[in-house]
Amino acid sequence: MMSRKVITDMKLRTLGRHGRESLKNLGRNGWMTFASISAVAVALVLVGLFLSVMMNLNKIAGEIESNVEVRVYIDRTATEAQQAQLKQSLKSIDHVQSITYQSREKGLKNLINSLGDGDDQSAFSSVKNENPLPDAFILKTAKPEQTITVANQVKALPNVYKVNYGKGTVEKLFKTVRISRNVGIVLIIGLLFTSIFLIANTIKLTIVARRREIEIMKLVGATNAFVRWPYFLEGLLIGVIGSIIPIVLVNVGYKAVYEKFEGAGTYSTLFIKLIPYPTMALYLSLLLIIIGAGIGVWGSVTSIRKFLRV
Amino acid sequence: MLDFKNVWKSYKNGVMAVNGIDLHINKGEFVYIVGPSGAGKSTFIKLMYREIAPTKGDILIDGVNLAKLKQRQVPKLRRKIGVIFQDYKLLPKLTVYENVAFALEVIEEHPKVIKKRVMEVLDLVKLKHKARSLPSELSGGEQQRVSIARSICNNPSVVIADEPTGNLDPDTAWSIMEIFDRINDNGTTVVMATHNKDIVNNMKRRVIAIEGGMIVRDEQKGDYGYEA
Repeated sequence: MMSRKVITDMKLRTLGRHGRESLKNLGRNGWMTFASISAVAVALVLVGLFLSVMMNLNKIAGEIESNVEVRVYIDRTATEAQQAQLKQSLKSIDHVQSITYQSREKGLKNLINSLGDGDDQSAFSSVKNENPLPDAFILKTAKPEQTITVANQVKALPNVYKVNYGKGTVEKLFKTVRISRNVGIVLIIGLLFTSIFLIANTIKLTIVARRREIEIMKLVGATNAFVRWPYFLEGLLIGVIGSIIPIVLVNVGYKAVYEKFEGAGTYSTLFIKLIPYPTMALYLSLLLIIIGAGIGVWGSVTSIRKFLRV
Repeated sequence: MLDFKNVWKSYKNGVMAVNGIDLHINKGEFVYIVGPSGAGKSTFIKLMYREIAPTKGDILIDGVNLAKLKQRQVPKLRRKIGVIFQDYKLLPKLTVYENVAFALEVIEEHPKVIKKRVMEVLDLVKLKHKARSLPSELSGGEQQRVSIARSICNNPSVVIADEPTGNLDPDTAWSIMEIFDRINDNGTTVVMATHNKDIVNNMKRRVIAIEGGMIVRDEQKGDYGYEA
Protein backbone atom coordinates (compact mmCIF):
# COMPACT_ATOMS: atom_id res chain seq x y z
CA MET A 1 0.00 0.00 0.00
CA MET A 2 2.65 2.39 1.15
CA SER A 3 4.97 1.74 -1.75
CA ARG A 4 2.18 2.17 -4.27
CA LYS A 5 1.37 5.58 -2.85
CA VAL A 6 5.01 6.60 -3.09
CA ILE A 7 5.11 5.55 -6.74
CA THR A 8 1.97 7.53 -7.59
CA ASP A 9 3.35 10.60 -5.82
CA MET A 10 6.52 10.30 -7.80
CA LYS A 11 4.76 10.01 -11.12
CA LEU A 12 2.60 13.06 -10.43
CA ARG A 13 5.60 15.05 -9.30
CA THR A 14 7.52 14.04 -12.39
CA LEU A 15 4.62 14.96 -14.62
CA GLY A 16 4.46 18.35 -12.92
CA ARG A 17 8.14 18.84 -13.56
CA HIS A 18 7.77 17.95 -17.24
CA GLY A 19 4.82 20.32 -17.57
CA ARG A 20 6.77 23.21 -16.05
CA GLU A 21 9.76 22.45 -18.26
CA SER A 22 7.71 22.42 -21.45
CA LEU A 23 5.90 25.67 -20.63
CA LYS A 24 9.21 27.31 -19.81
CA ASN A 25 10.62 26.23 -23.16
CA LEU A 26 7.62 27.37 -25.12
CA GLY A 27 7.98 30.77 -23.48
CA ARG A 28 11.71 30.89 -24.10
CA ASN A 29 11.17 30.42 -27.85
CA GLY A 30 8.13 32.67 -27.95
CA TRP A 31 8.12 33.67 -31.59
CA MET A 32 8.77 30.20 -32.94
CA THR A 33 6.05 28.90 -30.67
CA PHE A 34 3.71 31.56 -32.00
CA ALA A 35 4.61 30.68 -35.58
CA SER A 36 3.97 26.98 -35.03
CA ILE A 37 0.68 27.57 -33.26
CA SER A 38 -0.39 29.86 -36.10
CA ALA A 39 0.61 27.30 -38.71
CA VAL A 40 -1.41 24.64 -36.92
CA ALA A 41 -4.35 27.05 -36.64
CA VAL A 42 -4.31 27.96 -40.33
CA ALA A 43 -4.02 24.35 -41.39
CA LEU A 44 -6.81 23.27 -39.09
CA VAL A 45 -9.18 26.07 -40.14
CA LEU A 46 -8.89 24.73 -43.68
CA VAL A 47 -9.18 21.16 -42.50
CA GLY A 48 -12.34 22.09 -40.61
CA LEU A 49 -13.79 23.93 -43.59
CA PHE A 50 -12.98 21.05 -45.88
CA LEU A 51 -14.34 18.49 -43.45
CA SER A 52 -17.67 20.25 -43.02
CA VAL A 53 -18.13 20.66 -46.77
CA MET A 54 -17.07 17.09 -47.50
CA MET A 55 -19.18 15.52 -44.80
CA ASN A 56 -22.25 17.35 -46.08
CA LEU A 57 -21.52 16.59 -49.71
CA ASN A 58 -21.13 12.95 -48.80
CA LYS A 59 -24.39 12.95 -46.94
CA ILE A 60 -26.22 14.62 -49.82
CA ALA A 61 -24.63 12.36 -52.38
CA GLY A 62 -25.65 9.38 -50.30
CA GLU A 63 -29.22 10.60 -50.10
CA ILE A 64 -29.38 11.22 -53.81
CA GLU A 65 -27.83 7.86 -54.46
CA SER A 66 -30.53 6.12 -52.48
CA ASN A 67 -33.17 8.07 -54.41
CA VAL A 68 -31.92 7.17 -57.82
CA GLU A 69 -34.70 5.58 -59.85
CA VAL A 70 -35.59 4.65 -63.39
CA ARG A 71 -38.71 6.33 -64.71
CA VAL A 72 -40.37 4.41 -67.51
CA TYR A 73 -42.95 6.52 -69.38
CA ILE A 74 -45.58 4.45 -71.10
CA ASP A 75 -46.73 5.07 -74.64
CA ARG A 76 -50.05 6.97 -74.56
CA THR A 77 -51.46 4.58 -77.09
CA ALA A 78 -50.82 1.52 -74.95
CA THR A 79 -53.90 -0.38 -73.74
CA GLU A 80 -54.31 -1.61 -70.20
CA ALA A 81 -53.43 -5.12 -71.26
CA GLN A 82 -50.25 -3.85 -72.88
CA GLN A 83 -49.43 -1.95 -69.71
CA ALA A 84 -49.80 -5.12 -67.64
CA GLN A 85 -47.62 -6.98 -70.11
CA LEU A 86 -44.97 -4.26 -69.84
CA LYS A 87 -45.05 -4.55 -66.06
CA GLN A 88 -44.39 -8.29 -66.35
CA SER A 89 -41.43 -7.67 -68.68
CA LEU A 90 -40.03 -5.06 -66.29
CA LYS A 91 -40.26 -7.50 -63.40
CA SER A 92 -38.12 -10.03 -65.25
CA ILE A 93 -35.21 -7.60 -65.68
CA ASP A 94 -32.26 -8.29 -63.40
CA HIS A 95 -31.57 -5.94 -60.44
CA VAL A 96 -35.04 -4.43 -60.46
CA GLN A 97 -36.07 -4.24 -56.84
CA SER A 98 -39.47 -2.62 -56.96
CA ILE A 99 -41.97 -1.33 -59.48
CA THR A 100 -44.47 1.41 -58.68
CA TYR A 101 -47.15 2.58 -61.02
CA GLN A 102 -47.66 6.33 -61.31
CA SER A 103 -50.72 7.56 -63.19
CA ARG A 104 -50.42 10.73 -65.23
CA GLU A 105 -52.68 12.59 -62.75
CA LYS A 106 -50.50 11.56 -59.82
CA GLY A 107 -47.37 12.47 -61.77
CA LEU A 108 -48.64 15.97 -62.43
CA LYS A 109 -49.62 16.45 -58.82
CA ASN A 110 -46.15 15.42 -57.65
CA LEU A 111 -44.52 17.72 -60.16
CA ILE A 112 -46.65 20.69 -59.13
CA ASN A 113 -45.97 19.98 -55.47
CA SER A 114 -42.22 19.85 -55.92
CA LEU A 115 -42.08 22.98 -58.09
CA GLY A 116 -45.00 24.90 -56.64
CA ASP A 117 -45.24 27.49 -53.99
CA GLY A 118 -47.40 25.68 -51.48
CA ASP A 119 -51.03 26.83 -51.66
CA ASP A 120 -50.66 29.07 -54.66
CA GLN A 121 -50.90 26.76 -57.62
CA SER A 122 -52.49 29.20 -60.04
CA ALA A 123 -49.42 29.13 -62.25
CA PHE A 124 -50.15 25.53 -63.13
CA SER A 125 -53.85 25.88 -63.95
CA SER A 126 -53.26 25.65 -67.68
CA VAL A 127 -51.35 22.37 -67.53
CA LYS A 128 -53.95 20.96 -65.19
CA ASN A 129 -56.51 21.14 -67.92
CA GLU A 130 -54.26 19.51 -70.43
CA ASN A 131 -51.93 17.11 -68.64
CA PRO A 132 -48.83 16.59 -70.81
CA LEU A 133 -47.49 13.71 -68.75
CA PRO A 134 -47.81 10.05 -69.72
CA ASP A 135 -48.42 7.24 -67.23
CA ALA A 136 -45.23 5.77 -65.80
CA PHE A 137 -43.61 2.92 -63.93
CA ILE A 138 -40.98 3.84 -61.40
CA LEU A 139 -38.28 1.25 -60.92
CA LYS A 140 -35.82 1.02 -58.10
CA THR A 141 -32.61 -0.96 -58.31
CA ALA A 142 -30.61 -2.56 -55.55
CA LYS A 143 -27.55 -0.43 -56.31
CA PRO A 144 -27.60 3.05 -57.88
CA GLU A 145 -25.07 2.17 -60.57
CA GLN A 146 -27.38 -0.55 -61.87
CA THR A 147 -29.87 2.03 -63.09
CA ILE A 148 -27.92 2.52 -66.31
CA THR A 149 -28.03 -1.13 -67.40
CA VAL A 150 -31.64 -1.45 -66.34
CA ALA A 151 -32.59 1.69 -68.25
CA ASN A 152 -30.89 0.38 -71.39
CA GLN A 153 -32.82 -2.88 -71.21
CA VAL A 154 -36.10 -1.08 -70.63
CA LYS A 155 -35.58 1.07 -73.74
CA ALA A 156 -35.78 -2.00 -75.95
CA LEU A 157 -39.21 -3.03 -74.63
CA PRO A 158 -42.43 -2.30 -76.60
CA ASN A 159 -44.87 0.42 -75.50
CA VAL A 160 -42.14 2.39 -73.80
CA TYR A 161 -42.34 6.06 -74.64
CA LYS A 162 -39.26 7.25 -72.82
CA VAL A 163 -36.83 6.12 -70.10
CA ASN A 164 -35.45 8.58 -67.62
CA TYR A 165 -32.87 7.83 -64.97
CA GLY A 166 -31.34 11.20 -64.13
CA LYS A 167 -28.53 10.56 -66.56
CA GLY A 168 -25.83 13.16 -66.31
CA THR A 169 -26.83 14.93 -63.10
CA VAL A 170 -25.97 12.04 -60.81
CA GLU A 171 -22.70 11.36 -62.56
CA LYS A 172 -21.82 15.04 -62.44
CA LEU A 173 -22.54 15.26 -58.75
CA PHE A 174 -20.40 12.23 -57.96
CA LYS A 175 -17.60 13.60 -60.11
CA THR A 176 -17.70 16.98 -58.39
CA VAL A 177 -17.63 15.36 -55.00
CA ARG A 178 -14.70 13.16 -56.01
CA ILE A 179 -12.62 15.98 -57.50
CA SER A 180 -13.19 18.38 -54.65
CA ARG A 181 -12.36 15.63 -52.21
CA ASN A 182 -9.04 14.84 -53.93
CA VAL A 183 -8.01 18.47 -54.28
CA GLY A 184 -8.95 19.08 -50.66
CA ILE A 185 -7.00 16.08 -49.42
CA VAL A 186 -3.83 17.12 -51.27
CA LEU A 187 -4.12 20.68 -49.99
CA ILE A 188 -4.70 19.56 -46.43
CA ILE A 189 -1.88 17.04 -46.40
CA GLY A 190 0.45 19.77 -47.62
CA LEU A 191 -0.70 22.12 -44.89
CA LEU A 192 -0.46 19.49 -42.20
CA PHE A 193 3.11 18.67 -43.19
CA THR A 194 4.00 22.35 -43.12
CA SER A 195 2.75 22.62 -39.57
CA ILE A 196 4.51 19.43 -38.54
CA PHE A 197 7.71 20.84 -40.01
CA LEU A 198 7.30 24.12 -38.12
CA ILE A 199 6.58 22.37 -34.85
CA ALA A 200 9.57 20.09 -35.35
CA ASN A 201 11.77 23.12 -35.95
CA THR A 202 10.51 24.95 -32.89
CA ILE A 203 11.22 21.97 -30.73
CA LYS A 204 14.59 21.44 -32.34
CA LEU A 205 15.50 24.97 -31.26
CA THR A 206 14.59 24.26 -27.68
CA ILE A 207 16.57 21.05 -27.86
CA VAL A 208 19.68 22.76 -29.22
CA ALA A 209 19.44 25.28 -26.39
CA ARG A 210 19.37 22.41 -23.94
CA ARG A 211 21.88 19.98 -25.39
CA ARG A 212 24.14 20.15 -22.38
CA GLU A 213 21.21 19.53 -20.12
CA ILE A 214 20.24 16.45 -22.09
CA GLU A 215 23.85 15.26 -22.09
CA ILE A 216 24.06 15.54 -18.31
CA MET A 217 20.68 13.91 -17.89
CA LYS A 218 21.86 10.96 -19.91
CA LEU A 219 25.17 10.77 -18.07
CA VAL A 220 23.55 10.55 -14.67
CA GLY A 221 21.14 7.88 -15.87
CA ALA A 222 17.89 9.59 -16.88
CA THR A 223 15.84 7.36 -19.15
CA ASN A 224 15.06 8.39 -22.71
CA ALA A 225 11.42 8.62 -21.78
CA PHE A 226 12.24 11.08 -19.02
CA VAL A 227 14.26 13.26 -21.40
CA ARG A 228 11.58 13.05 -24.05
CA TRP A 229 8.56 13.98 -21.97
CA PRO A 230 8.90 17.79 -21.89
CA TYR A 231 9.38 17.92 -25.66
CA PHE A 232 6.48 15.60 -26.19
CA LEU A 233 4.30 17.88 -24.05
CA GLU A 234 5.56 20.93 -25.95
CA GLY A 235 4.43 19.43 -29.25
CA LEU A 236 1.13 18.38 -27.75
CA LEU A 237 0.51 21.86 -26.34
CA ILE A 238 1.33 23.58 -29.62
CA GLY A 239 -1.05 21.26 -31.46
CA VAL A 240 -3.89 21.54 -28.97
CA ILE A 241 -3.60 25.32 -28.54
CA GLY A 242 -3.40 25.62 -32.31
CA SER A 243 -6.68 23.76 -32.66
CA ILE A 244 -8.68 26.08 -30.38
CA ILE A 245 -9.10 28.97 -32.84
CA PRO A 246 -10.12 26.68 -35.73
CA ILE A 247 -12.62 24.90 -33.51
CA VAL A 248 -14.25 28.21 -32.55
CA LEU A 249 -14.23 29.53 -36.13
CA VAL A 250 -15.55 26.40 -37.76
CA ASN A 251 -18.27 26.02 -35.15
CA VAL A 252 -19.46 29.60 -35.41
CA GLY A 253 -19.27 29.48 -39.19
CA TYR A 254 -21.12 26.19 -39.49
CA LYS A 255 -23.80 27.34 -37.10
CA ALA A 256 -24.43 30.43 -39.21
CA VAL A 257 -24.59 28.47 -42.47
CA TYR A 258 -26.75 25.77 -40.96
CA GLU A 259 -29.24 28.24 -39.54
CA LYS A 260 -29.45 30.08 -42.84
CA PHE A 261 -30.24 26.85 -44.67
CA GLU A 262 -32.52 25.22 -42.17
CA GLY A 263 -34.02 28.09 -40.27
CA ALA A 264 -35.31 30.28 -43.07
CA GLY A 265 -38.70 29.08 -44.38
CA THR A 266 -38.00 29.85 -48.01
CA TYR A 267 -35.28 27.25 -48.20
CA SER A 268 -37.01 24.60 -46.17
CA THR A 269 -38.39 22.83 -49.22
CA LEU A 270 -34.91 22.33 -50.67
CA PHE A 271 -34.00 18.71 -50.87
CA ILE A 272 -30.64 19.56 -49.26
CA LYS A 273 -30.59 18.71 -45.59
CA LEU A 274 -27.34 19.68 -43.85
CA ILE A 275 -25.89 17.65 -40.99
CA PRO A 276 -27.43 19.18 -37.85
CA TYR A 277 -25.29 21.76 -36.09
CA PRO A 278 -24.84 20.09 -32.67
CA THR A 279 -23.77 16.77 -34.17
CA MET A 280 -21.41 18.48 -36.57
CA ALA A 281 -19.96 20.70 -33.83
CA LEU A 282 -19.08 17.68 -31.74
CA TYR A 283 -17.51 15.78 -34.65
CA LEU A 284 -15.53 18.76 -35.90
CA SER A 285 -14.24 19.79 -32.48
CA LEU A 286 -13.13 16.27 -31.65
CA LEU A 287 -11.51 15.74 -35.03
CA LEU A 288 -9.68 19.05 -35.00
CA ILE A 289 -8.33 18.61 -31.50
CA ILE A 290 -7.18 15.08 -32.30
CA ILE A 291 -5.51 16.16 -35.54
CA GLY A 292 -3.90 19.11 -33.73
CA ALA A 293 -2.54 16.90 -30.97
CA GLY A 294 -1.42 14.35 -33.55
CA ILE A 295 0.65 16.74 -35.64
CA GLY A 296 2.09 18.31 -32.49
CA VAL A 297 3.26 15.01 -31.14
CA TRP A 298 4.52 13.89 -34.52
CA GLY A 299 6.52 17.08 -34.92
CA SER A 300 8.13 16.71 -31.51
CA VAL A 301 8.90 13.03 -31.86
CA THR A 302 10.61 13.47 -35.24
CA SER A 303 12.77 16.31 -33.95
CA ILE A 304 14.01 14.74 -30.74
CA ARG A 305 14.96 11.27 -31.92
CA LYS A 306 18.54 11.91 -33.00
CA PHE A 307 19.36 14.03 -29.96
CA LEU A 308 18.84 11.13 -27.59
CA ARG A 309 21.89 9.22 -28.75
CA VAL A 310 24.25 10.59 -26.13
CA MET B 1 34.23 -5.43 -10.17
CA LEU B 2 35.46 -4.00 -13.46
CA ASP B 3 36.72 -6.33 -16.16
CA PHE B 4 37.90 -5.80 -19.72
CA LYS B 5 38.15 -9.04 -21.68
CA ASN B 6 39.93 -8.75 -25.02
CA VAL B 7 38.25 -5.46 -25.80
CA TRP B 8 38.60 -3.89 -29.26
CA LYS B 9 37.22 -0.65 -30.51
CA SER B 10 37.49 0.72 -34.02
CA TYR B 11 35.67 3.82 -35.19
CA LYS B 12 33.76 4.13 -38.43
CA ASN B 13 36.58 6.15 -39.97
CA GLY B 14 38.86 3.15 -39.54
CA VAL B 15 40.79 4.39 -36.51
CA MET B 16 41.65 1.52 -34.19
CA ALA B 17 41.40 3.20 -30.79
CA VAL B 18 41.53 0.17 -28.50
CA ASN B 19 43.32 -2.99 -29.56
CA GLY B 20 42.69 -5.97 -27.35
CA ILE B 21 42.69 -4.75 -23.77
CA ASP B 22 42.52 -7.23 -20.89
CA LEU B 23 42.16 -5.72 -17.47
CA HIS B 24 40.80 -6.41 -14.03
CA ILE B 25 40.11 -3.73 -11.43
CA ASN B 26 39.08 -4.70 -7.92
CA LYS B 27 36.39 -3.06 -5.87
CA GLY B 28 37.78 -0.10 -3.95
CA GLU B 29 40.88 0.29 -6.11
CA PHE B 30 42.28 3.65 -7.21
CA VAL B 31 43.64 3.45 -10.73
CA TYR B 32 45.39 6.04 -12.89
CA ILE B 33 45.22 5.71 -16.64
CA VAL B 34 48.20 7.43 -18.24
CA GLY B 35 49.59 7.71 -21.73
CA PRO B 36 50.32 10.25 -24.44
CA SER B 37 47.55 12.16 -26.21
CA GLY B 38 45.78 10.03 -28.77
CA ALA B 39 46.82 6.80 -27.05
CA GLY B 40 43.21 5.71 -26.56
CA LYS B 41 42.63 6.85 -22.98
CA SER B 42 39.45 8.69 -23.77
CA THR B 43 38.03 5.80 -25.77
CA PHE B 44 38.88 3.53 -22.86
CA ILE B 45 37.00 5.83 -20.47
CA LYS B 46 34.02 6.16 -22.81
CA LEU B 47 33.78 2.40 -23.05
CA MET B 48 33.51 2.23 -19.27
CA TYR B 49 30.44 4.41 -18.98
CA ARG B 50 29.01 3.01 -22.20
CA GLU B 51 29.01 6.17 -24.24
CA ILE B 52 30.37 3.85 -26.89
CA ALA B 53 30.10 0.08 -27.19
CA PRO B 54 33.12 -2.11 -27.94
CA THR B 55 33.53 -3.53 -31.44
CA LYS B 56 34.67 -6.82 -29.91
CA GLY B 57 35.14 -8.25 -26.44
CA ASP B 58 33.34 -7.95 -23.10
CA ILE B 59 33.31 -5.21 -20.47
CA LEU B 60 31.85 -6.16 -17.11
CA ILE B 61 30.90 -3.77 -14.34
CA ASP B 62 29.46 -5.46 -11.25
CA GLY B 63 28.68 -8.45 -13.42
CA VAL B 64 26.80 -6.45 -16.07
CA ASN B 65 28.20 -6.94 -19.56
CA LEU B 66 28.32 -3.54 -21.25
CA ALA B 67 28.99 -5.10 -24.63
CA LYS B 68 25.62 -6.81 -24.54
CA LEU B 69 23.71 -4.00 -22.88
CA LYS B 70 20.66 -2.81 -24.78
CA GLN B 71 20.25 0.92 -25.29
CA ARG B 72 17.34 1.12 -22.90
CA GLN B 73 19.35 -0.56 -20.14
CA VAL B 74 22.07 2.07 -20.28
CA PRO B 75 20.36 4.50 -17.83
CA LYS B 76 20.35 1.83 -15.16
CA LEU B 77 24.08 1.28 -15.62
CA ARG B 78 24.84 4.99 -15.52
CA ARG B 79 23.20 5.27 -12.13
CA LYS B 80 25.94 3.03 -10.76
CA ILE B 81 28.71 5.11 -12.31
CA GLY B 82 29.82 8.65 -11.58
CA VAL B 83 31.47 10.46 -14.47
CA ILE B 84 33.64 13.58 -14.19
CA PHE B 85 35.10 15.64 -17.03
CA GLN B 86 37.80 18.22 -17.54
CA ASP B 87 35.20 20.87 -18.43
CA TYR B 88 32.91 20.17 -15.41
CA LYS B 89 29.72 20.13 -17.51
CA LEU B 90 27.67 22.21 -15.09
CA LEU B 91 24.44 23.94 -16.04
CA PRO B 92 25.22 27.66 -15.94
CA LYS B 93 21.74 28.84 -14.98
CA LEU B 94 21.37 26.54 -12.01
CA THR B 95 22.89 27.14 -8.59
CA VAL B 96 25.42 24.77 -7.06
CA TYR B 97 22.65 23.10 -5.08
CA GLU B 98 20.40 22.79 -8.14
CA ASN B 99 23.18 21.38 -10.28
CA VAL B 100 23.74 18.55 -7.85
CA ALA B 101 20.03 18.04 -7.19
CA PHE B 102 19.41 17.88 -10.95
CA ALA B 103 21.20 14.53 -11.13
CA LEU B 104 18.85 13.10 -8.53
CA GLU B 105 15.72 14.73 -9.92
CA VAL B 106 16.12 13.23 -13.35
CA ILE B 107 16.31 9.74 -11.88
CA GLU B 108 13.10 10.60 -10.02
CA GLU B 109 14.48 10.47 -6.50
CA HIS B 110 12.18 11.60 -3.70
CA PRO B 111 12.50 15.32 -2.79
CA LYS B 112 13.34 14.56 0.84
CA VAL B 113 16.11 12.21 -0.19
CA ILE B 114 17.42 14.76 -2.68
CA LYS B 115 17.66 17.51 -0.10
CA LYS B 116 19.46 15.34 2.41
CA ARG B 117 21.82 13.80 -0.09
CA VAL B 118 22.77 17.05 -1.83
CA MET B 119 23.75 18.65 1.45
CA GLU B 120 25.79 15.56 2.33
CA VAL B 121 27.83 15.58 -0.83
CA LEU B 122 28.27 19.36 -0.78
CA ASP B 123 29.64 18.93 2.72
CA LEU B 124 32.01 16.24 1.45
CA VAL B 125 33.43 18.56 -1.22
CA LYS B 126 33.39 21.47 1.26
CA LEU B 127 31.03 23.65 -0.73
CA LYS B 128 28.02 23.78 1.58
CA HIS B 129 28.47 27.50 1.99
CA LYS B 130 28.31 28.04 -1.79
CA ALA B 131 25.11 26.10 -2.31
CA ARG B 132 23.29 29.16 -3.63
CA SER B 133 26.05 30.42 -5.92
CA LEU B 134 25.97 30.09 -9.65
CA PRO B 135 28.82 28.21 -11.37
CA SER B 136 30.04 31.49 -12.90
CA GLU B 137 30.67 32.81 -9.39
CA LEU B 138 32.99 29.91 -8.55
CA SER B 139 36.65 29.21 -9.27
CA GLY B 140 37.62 26.35 -11.57
CA GLY B 141 38.49 24.12 -8.63
CA GLU B 142 35.18 24.84 -6.96
CA GLN B 143 33.30 24.09 -10.15
CA GLN B 144 35.08 20.78 -10.44
CA ARG B 145 34.14 20.01 -6.85
CA VAL B 146 30.49 20.64 -7.72
CA SER B 147 30.77 18.24 -10.62
CA ILE B 148 32.36 15.64 -8.32
CA ALA B 149 29.55 16.16 -5.83
CA ARG B 150 27.06 15.60 -8.62
CA SER B 151 28.80 12.43 -9.76
CA ILE B 152 28.76 10.80 -6.34
CA CYS B 153 25.35 11.93 -5.11
CA ASN B 154 23.63 8.68 -6.07
CA ASN B 155 26.30 6.54 -4.41
CA PRO B 156 27.94 5.06 -7.50
CA SER B 157 30.13 2.01 -7.05
CA VAL B 158 32.71 3.43 -9.42
CA VAL B 159 33.75 6.99 -10.27
CA ILE B 160 35.31 7.57 -13.68
CA ALA B 161 37.20 10.81 -14.26
CA ASP B 162 38.61 12.02 -17.57
CA GLU B 163 41.41 14.52 -16.85
CA PRO B 164 39.61 16.12 -13.90
CA THR B 165 42.55 18.38 -13.08
CA GLY B 166 43.38 19.29 -16.67
CA ASN B 167 42.20 22.88 -16.33
CA LEU B 168 43.42 23.50 -12.80
CA ASP B 169 46.57 24.93 -11.26
CA PRO B 170 48.76 22.52 -9.22
CA ASP B 171 47.50 23.57 -5.78
CA THR B 172 43.86 23.32 -6.79
CA ALA B 173 44.57 20.02 -8.49
CA TRP B 174 45.85 18.69 -5.20
CA SER B 175 42.72 19.74 -3.35
CA ILE B 176 40.68 17.90 -5.96
CA MET B 177 42.85 14.82 -5.50
CA GLU B 178 42.19 14.91 -1.78
CA ILE B 179 38.49 14.70 -2.50
CA PHE B 180 38.98 11.71 -4.78
CA ASP B 181 41.06 10.14 -2.05
CA ARG B 182 38.24 10.62 0.42
CA ILE B 183 35.70 9.14 -2.00
CA ASN B 184 38.02 6.17 -2.49
CA ASP B 185 38.40 5.76 1.27
CA ASN B 186 34.63 5.28 1.47
CA GLY B 187 35.02 2.17 -0.70
CA THR B 188 34.23 3.66 -4.10
CA THR B 189 36.39 2.50 -6.98
CA VAL B 190 38.10 5.40 -8.78
CA VAL B 191 39.42 5.25 -12.34
CA MET B 192 41.13 8.43 -13.50
CA ALA B 193 42.74 9.33 -16.79
CA THR B 194 45.32 12.04 -16.20
CA HIS B 195 48.34 13.88 -17.53
CA ASN B 196 49.33 15.14 -14.09
CA LYS B 197 52.77 13.59 -13.52
CA ASP B 198 53.21 15.22 -10.15
CA ILE B 199 50.06 13.75 -8.70
CA VAL B 200 50.59 10.26 -10.10
CA ASN B 201 54.14 10.09 -8.83
CA ASN B 202 53.25 11.29 -5.35
CA MET B 203 50.08 9.28 -4.76
CA LYS B 204 51.70 5.89 -5.45
CA ARG B 205 48.63 4.12 -6.77
CA ARG B 206 48.10 1.53 -9.45
CA VAL B 207 49.11 2.98 -12.82
CA ILE B 208 48.00 1.64 -16.18
CA ALA B 209 49.76 3.08 -19.21
CA ILE B 210 48.04 2.95 -22.58
CA GLU B 211 49.79 3.45 -25.91
CA GLY B 212 48.42 2.73 -29.34
CA GLY B 213 45.24 1.38 -27.80
CA MET B 214 47.09 -1.27 -25.79
CA ILE B 215 48.16 -1.61 -22.17
CA VAL B 216 51.93 -1.25 -22.16
CA ARG B 217 52.41 -1.07 -18.41
CA ASP B 218 50.33 -2.00 -15.37
CA GLU B 219 52.00 -1.60 -11.98
CA GLN B 220 50.91 -1.22 -8.39
CA LYS B 221 52.26 1.94 -6.72
CA GLY B 222 53.51 3.03 -10.10
CA ASP B 223 54.97 6.19 -11.55
CA TYR B 224 53.71 8.44 -14.32
CA GLY B 225 56.62 7.28 -16.42
CA TYR B 226 56.50 9.95 -19.12
CA GLU B 227 58.17 13.31 -19.36
CA ALA B 228 55.48 15.82 -18.52
